[in-house]
Order: sequence, then C-alpha cells, then structure tokens
Amino acid sequence: MGYQLDFGALAGYFGLFLQGLGVTLGLTAISASLGIALSIGGAATAGWGRRWARNVVLAYVELIRNTPFIIQMFFIFFGLPEIGLKLTALQAAVLAMTVNLTAYSIEILRAGIEAVAPGQREAGAALGIRPAEVFVFVVLPQAVANVYPALVSQIVMTMLESAVVSQIAVTDLTHVADLIQSRTYRAFETYFVITVVYLVLAVALRRLFALAGRRLFAGRAG
Amino acid sequence: MKIPASRRSTLQWTFALGLSLGLAAIGMRPAAADALESITKAGTIKIGIFEDFPPFASLGSDMKIQGYDVDMAEKLAAALGVKAELVGITGQNRIPLLGEGKVDLLLSIGHSEERAQVVDFTKPYAPYYIAVMGPKEIDVKDASDLAGKTIAVNRGTLEDTEVTKVAPPTADIQRYSDYAGVISAFLSGQSQLMVVGNDVGATILAKNPKIEPVEKFLLLTSPSDMAVKKGETALQTKVDEILAGMKKDGTLNDMAVKWLKQPLAKDF
Repeated sequence: MGYQLDFGALAGYFGLFLQGLGVTLGLTAISASLGIALSIGGAATAGWGRRWARNVVLAYVELIRNTPFIIQMFFIFFGLPEIGLKLTALQAAVLAMTVNLTAYSIEILRAGIEAVAPGQREAGAALGIRPAEVFVFVVLPQAVANVYPALVSQIVMTMLESAVVSQIAVTDLTHVADLIQSRTYRAFETYFVITVVYLVLAVALRRLFALAGRRLFAGRAG
Repeated sequence: MKIPASRRSTLQWTFALGLSLGLAAIGMRPAAADALESITKAGTIKIGIFEDFPPFASLGSDMKIQGYDVDMAEKLAAALGVKAELVGITGQNRIPLLGEGKVDLLLSIGHSEERAQVVDFTKPYAPYYIAVMGPKEIDVKDASDLAGKTIAVNRGTLEDTEVTKVAPPTADIQRYSDYAGVISAFLSGQSQLMVVGNDVGATILAKNPKIEPVEKFLLLTSPSDMAVKKGETALQTKVDEILAGMKKDGTLNDMAVKWLKQPLAKDF
C-alpha cells in the first residue's frame, strides 16, 4: 500500500488559503512600499549626508545584510518586549520585512546612483536646479532605471522570505499550510499546493513589475 | 546557442512545471517491508521525540538530550535488541515522518480520533494533562474566560485541537511551531496565556522567570501513548508487551519518580 494522493482533503480549507494569501500579499505590499521609500532616503544619506549619518546608515546595512532574517524577526518579536517595546505579530512582521528590504535596497540603489554619469549632476547644477531637486528628478529616476531588475528581485525575495513570519504565528500562506497539514496529515498535497501558489505569485509579481517598468522607464537606456 | 527571450521563458516554465510534476510522481512510492522485521534487521530503531519538551526531553548542561522519553526510548531499544536512534520531531511533522518511514515509533503522542485514522497507538506509557496557564494577575477560571485573550499554543498538538475546540471566537490563539516558541511568547508577554502540559509549567517555574505561570484550569487529561505507522501490528504488539513488562517490574514507576517527580497512579 503506497501513498495515496488525495488533494480533495484540502478542499474544505480554501477560505483559509485565501486568508493566508491575503496576509502574505498585504505584508509584501506594505513592506515593499515602505522599504523602497526608506531606502531612497538611506541611499541619499549614504551618498551625501553628514559623516555620522552616513556611518549610521552603513552600519545598519552591514548589520542587516550579514544576519539571518529569521533572527532579525525573532529579535523584534521576542527580544524587544524585554526592553519595553511590545509589537503584535503583524507589526513585528512588517517591521522586520521592511528593515530587511530597506538594507538590501540601499545597497542596490547606491550602485544605481553611482552608475549615473556625474555629468548629470553637474548639468543640473549648471542649470541652477537645487541639489535636492537634481537628486529627486534627475539622478534618482536614472538610478532606479539602472537597477530596476535587481530591486524587483529583492522585492520578490522579500515576498518569499515572508514565509518565515509563520514562526511568530502570523497567519500567512506558510502558517496556513502548516495548520492544514497538521489537521489533515496530507503533507505532500498541502506543501505541493503552497509551493505552486508561491511560484505563481513570484512570477506574477515579476511580470507586473516588468510591465510597470516598461511604462515608467520608456525611452531610457536599460 | 542563444535562446531568444520569448523561447527562454517558455522553456523555463516547462522546466519548472516538469520538475514539480516529477517530484509529484516520486511521491507515489511502493510499499515497504514489515517495520519490526526491518528494525531487527537494521539493528536500529528510529524513535521520534520532541527535542525541547522538559521533562520528557531537554538539553542537559552536558549538551546531551535527557528525559523520560530518552530513557523510555533506550529501554525499548534494549528490550528489542537494537540500538535507539533519536530523531527530533515537531508537532506538525511527526505524523508525516512516521508515515514515510523516517521514524519507526513516536513518543509523547496523545490519543485522538483523527490521529487514530492515520496511526496505530500503543498503550499509554506516561501520564500527561494539558492546562491553560497564565500569570497570577489574569483571572481565568474556565473556557469562557478565554474571550479576548491571547493564547500561545504548540501547532498540531492536542493542546492546539483542544483549545481551538473550547475557546470562544474572540480568543486570539497564536500557534507556534514548537514549545520554545510558546514559552518565549508567554515569557515576553506577547501572549497572555499559554496552553501546555503541567510538567512544562513546572519546569519554567524552576527557572525563576519574570512571569510566574499559574495553572488556571485543566483542559484535558491525555496520557502519552506511543504510535506506530498504521498497519504495523507486529511492532505495536511487541512494544505493548515490553511496556507491560516495564510496568510489572517497576521500571516505569522508577522513571516516573525520576523525571515527573511523583510515582504513577495506582491504576495507570
């Protein structure tokens, strides 16, 4: 008697699947928006901020990039309450994902900014445009266009890494999968379905960003 | 050979899909030999235990796992004439691991109707009861008092199914993947209450934490059984025999006194 596949056993949990999917997508959307916004500020600081500010940003980036995401998340969720800062599981998840994405995006954006010809900034200054405006309207769009695929990859990676928030009892897709599996004992079917869902999500996200990229950067190189 | 982008993505898609289906096909494996026979032939029995579940199993200061379950596993293996190989399991993966033959026997598993559909239980070998625990200040006398509270529980265990059954809809049940998570959540204040076995509570108290877990009310008395893969009657009968012998000659009682700090009830 071999293992009988039975996908029907999962049918009753469809609503739960959708809930988990919603949580995963929501977490990704919020942390991606916040993360990219913060990383623009971080990259600007790392490039042109005061010395102390630059060091803080660089230290933060090194810390986050060289430690595991799950440890960062556990620290925020289990560790911070000890010094008085208690966040709910969802808040901790968003914070951890944002902090993580921001650090990686700062590095990516810095590379993108460096790849923008310095002549652009000089031309902006020559035209009398304020440095801050030169950065936002001239340098930044070109920088983002330069590293767009890398940024999208990072966002997709954050979405896939979000599976780890199931460890702090956030009811995301992975948590729902574990729950269903522990009730139906159908490990193969459950994890197969979840894998396919993550696969479709990742591909769909990339396609979506690719379309958006073509609209945003029409006419620019790369 | 440069594959054009459009063709490349189709290729990638077909490859990914093919890989997934291939893995699915691997899932349909043929049957295995009788478990008792394979164990005796291999000379080892793989026994699945929780790795962090005091006093049944926990890491001692010498970095070795010790506890009631560890002693039980070793005595069982000795009686079968083989070596014991301890495999760490979690509440969620233990039954799939048993089904796939990655472990031959599970310890510390409580009896339930749903589980009886997929595994075969032996007689109980350890007393165990499940209670809701919380700090002194919170007043919880029965299931209805759970309304609006956060409760930490280990996913996929009887604590999980029991508290889900009796808790009111406004109770916020947080399911962690192991006891360490549950205890961390409780001690850090992320959960107001936790549902664990009485022994786990006693062990935490011994470590003198900031929040003292006080037993609020009993959820379920559920002695720990052992479980084998469904259909492995030879192994099940042999284990029951060995267990009966251990009860008769007092070995089981000695273990209870050593790890659970009290002798077994007369009618256990």
